[in-house]
Amino acid sequence: MANYSTNEFKGGLKVMLDGDPCAILENDYVKPGKGQAFNRVKLRNLMTGRVGERTFKSGDSLEGADVLELDMEYLYTDGDMWYFMQTDGSFEQYAVEKKALGDTDKWLKEQVVYTVTLWDDKAIVVSAPNFIELEVTETDPGLKGDTAQGGSKPATLSSGAVVRVPLFINQGEVLKVDTRTGEYVSRA
Amino acid sequence: MTVDWQPTAEIATLHERARLLGEVRAFFAERGVWEVETPVLGHGGSTDVQLASLSCEAATPAGRERLWLQTSPEFHMKRLLAAGSGPIFQIARSVRDGEVGGRHNLEFSMLEWYRPGLDLEGLIAETAALIRRVLSSDPGPVRCRRYRELFRDYLALDPFREPLTGLRRLAAERGGLDMAQAPRDACLDLLMSFVIEPQLGWEGIDVVQDYPASQAALARRHRDPEDGEWVASRFEAYRQGLELANGYDELTDAEEQRARFDEDNAERRAQGLPEVDVDRRLLAALEAGLPAGSGVALGLDRLIQLALAKASVAEVMAFATPRA
Repeated sequence: MANYSTNEFKGGLKVMLDGDPCAILENDYVKPGKGQAFNRVKLRNLMTGRVGERTFKSGDSLEGADVLELDMEYLYTDGDMWYFMQTDGSFEQYAVEKKALGDTDKWLKEQVVYTVTLWDDKAIVVSAPNFIELEVTETDPGLKGDTAQGGSKPATLSSGAVVRVPLFINQGEVLKVDTRTGEYVSRA
Repeated sequence: MTVDWQPTAEIATLHERARLLGEVRAFFAERGVWEVETPVLGHGGSTDVQLASLSCEAATPAGRERLWLQTSPEFHMKRLLAAGSGPIFQIARSVRDGEVGGRHNLEFSMLEWYRPGLDLEGLIAETAALIRRVLSSDPGPVRCRRYRELFRDYLALDPFREPLTGLRRLAAERGGLDMAQAPRDACLDLLMSFVIEPQLGWEGIDVVQDYPASQAALARRHRDPEDGEWVASRFEAYRQGLELANGYDELTDAEEQRARFDEDNAERRAQGLPEVDVDRRLLAALEAGLPAGSGVALGLDRLIQLALAKASVAEVMAFATPRA
């Protein structure tokens, strides 16, 4: 991969830092009136998801990271690996480890399209779409007529996630859920 | 739909900016400092190792020549002074490659002025007066502090005497980067920009004086009254953690100037940076005689940013580079 100098840093650029691929979020230039300039760079470590700040002398460079973010449809799991397929018509499949799946495992549903981050052609992160529609597999029976009252109860969804839902929701209903907050949005 | 054709500043802000430009011009008119305009493209550029100059090739009466986009109007303005201009000011569009961020833009407006016969103290007072005139609210008192004092107060060390190993360790710790090979000035610059600067100018206008002699740029040097250490006769003015102005007791010695240009280009070669054509006409002007005096460069966009309480220089520029 090419090397990138601090003055080529921009939001979205993927670079290697301490052995991990990172995405640059912000790059700010810090310089006394006269003298050595520095770049204060905010990066997200793509392996851990952690955001941190690092300082570089202006003109220093980092190796680029061979990172791609691709849309992929979830196919199935054999319990060991999770299989995804590219949606660009190539039908190329990727096997994803549990570690790369992270918290997204509770939002998995066949045929839904996820964003899979590849580093050196290996999946390192899977992100769920912001909203997903899932069926309620288990919850206490709905309270008839109680459509306006407050109050909530837990419901287990087909993907395994447990979310708080209004009391009127019944087993078998399909719900729209925000995967970023894990909150119920509406009936689908 | 894309909105990136829109200005980076609101129209109301640009109106305010126009009003403040008027204030600046009135300030200098009242003081008998007249406005000049000098070239953006010159045959020489700034050799300063810490500045990256852009150059281009263009047709001139001499054929196709390499011209440098000026990083400040300094050289041309000094040639006017040598030609007998007397006190002058300019609001000059200046270009510095690589300077990108909330308080920087590739091109910006430099307010630069020169005062033949005025000493640094007099110029500091005038700079503070200009800053007050542009800021709508009273910024509070002007406090002059020596570079050395600041390092003692904020870091408990003497920037001139602290061994290099100690400086490198502290700079690495405060900046969170490897400074093991860093030269002395880079360590001091880091500590100044990361630790000290953000704390300056919150109760008034802080003016820093007596920089290390190695950071003199185009300023004279004098001996520190405390222990005879050489220091640079220059100052910087700060408000709310922002460096606003950089003033010099101007170097007038052509030989000294030539030596500093050569040192800069030697350092550029050593660091693998492109060499910059020296402005031989500036050297000739210095040989002919530059009147003793002081001069200051002020980042006008930053001052306007503070005056209008905006978060970045882009918000007071019609079109910051990303939308230019």
